[in-house]
Amino acid sequence: MEFDFNNPFGSITRLLTDLLLGLGLDQPLVAFILAVVGAGILAGATLTTAGVFNIWLERKVGARFQDRLGPNRVGPFGLFQGIADAIKLVLKEDITPLGADKVVFNIAPLLAVMSVVGLWAVVPFAPQLIGADLNVGVLYVVAIGGVGTLSVIMAGWSSNNKYALLGALRTVAMLISFEIPMVLVLLVPTMLAGSMGMVAIVDGQDVWYLLMAPVAALVFFISSLAEVGRTPFDLIEAESEIVAGYNIEYSGMKFGMFMVAEFFHSFTIGALFTVLFLGGWRGPGSETFPLLGLVYFIAKTFFMYFVVMWVRYTFPRVRIDQVMALNWKFLTPLALVIVMTTAVVDKLALEQALPRTPVHLVLNIALILLTILALQAYARALRRKVEGLPEPEAGEVAGAAIGPG
Amino acid sequence: MLDQWMFVAALLPIGLVMAASPILAGLLLAPRKPNAVKLSTYECGVETVGETWVQFKVQYYIYALIFVIFDIEAVFLFPWAVAYNQLQLYMVLEGVLFILILGGGLLYAWRKGALEWL
Repeated sequence: MEFDFNNPFGSITRLLTDLLLGLGLDQPLVAFILAVVGAGILAGATLTTAGVFNIWLERKVGARFQDRLGPNRVGPFGLFQGIADAIKLVLKEDITPLGADKVVFNIAPLLAVMSVVGLWAVVPFAPQLIGADLNVGVLYVVAIGGVGTLSVIMAGWSSNNKYALLGALRTVAMLISFEIPMVLVLLVPTMLAGSMGMVAIVDGQDVWYLLMAPVAALVFFISSLAEVGRTPFDLIEAESEIVAGYNIEYSGMKFGMFMVAEFFHSFTIGALFTVLFLGGWRGPGSETFPLLGLVYFIAKTFFMYFVVMWVRYTFPRVRIDQVMALNWKFLTPLALVIVMTTAVVDKLALEQALPRTPVHLVLNIALILLTILALQAYARALRRKVEGLPEPEAGEVAGAAIGPG
Repeated sequence: MLDQWMFVAALLPIGLVMAASPILAGLLLAPRKPNAVKLSTYECGVETVGETWVQFKVQYYIYALIFVIFDIEAVFLFPWAVAYNQLQLYMVLEGVLFILILGGGLLYAWRKGALEWL
């Protein structure tokens, strides 16, 4: 069979299928073997990238943000730092504390890694290069992401340690809360593409959904940051308050697995954001050269990963009441409003035969302005309450007299 | 479609094995010399007092309850979003009505003070 360079990934699959069928195997068995091989390659490649390269990258970038050099001893530019860390962790003694629930304690790190690896099943890397084009892709992401939350709760609960339990219960409160705006906002790409499948969502993005739904993209980004539990929302493992939170009793490679899962998850966020809002593998020339699509996808993903690191090294940690207020009193109502207005405005634009993208852009700008006004009004009301000034007029005057704002 | 799920069914166990193998390697390579102090609960040097699995602040569970309600109702919206392109305007408005009722629930929880961190 001819190798089709315009469709390399589809061709490879066909070649392998023909080869295995030629060996006299049944069709279902061939499909099974291909699935296992593909899954092995996907999991191996992504985990190696995360465990070795991403940890180095994050430490290097973080060091630059803090005006340090970062790892630079092991190998060129310290590139083998991840490998050195892994060897060190393998050689560390593995301690299971007395009184811990052993089964749950040992399963938790495995589940943490499994959930993040599982997310990559529905990520389309390039045309024809996707693990599983599920027709419920978006829901699958939410469901498998929830397993990661479960692993954190399991780890904290089973450790028989009060700090770990505190971390786990903060997780109950925080991570699951942020799933609400995330699920709601995922309705927007689903509506615009008319499908929950990741490939259909990428195909639907003639214009990036970042331009059609910037507010939805921002809400999704914030809530997925909270899902990872990274710095602005890292109070599940706040070092200065509860030592290390849920993974305090873990040592050796079990701790390493939580570490890998966390780094890998923040990279996965970059990939998911790319697929849902940045057009996935699409870019100039990617239709004709699918390999170029793969390059675009990786470039966009690493850019988004950089943004995640940027946020991590810029913002201080927020308190738990502030996190919960941000989620329930700001992001959730905002997500509800976005879903409603997007649905109605898109339908109206279609009926009036208006261009889709500008209408959505105008809607989003209006939403942003209204949000800012609402926040200002709220802040003013709060300031009045704090300063004990009951009348609005007096508040304005006092505010002007005290200083700016 | 079943082919696609087969990939997921292959990937998830592989993910588990990939996480388990370094841990098993650690069991083979790492030293094992447990003693009472090493195995005690780590609380920065302070001896731990009392049970760990105690009754906890009810606030956390209230959030979890609100979460369950909202998550289930949000899942109901996904079929509506998938069918969006085939819907008439009034059908879209019915979805909006559903979201408004959802928002009413949030407002109720808010007014009742369930969202305040005490």
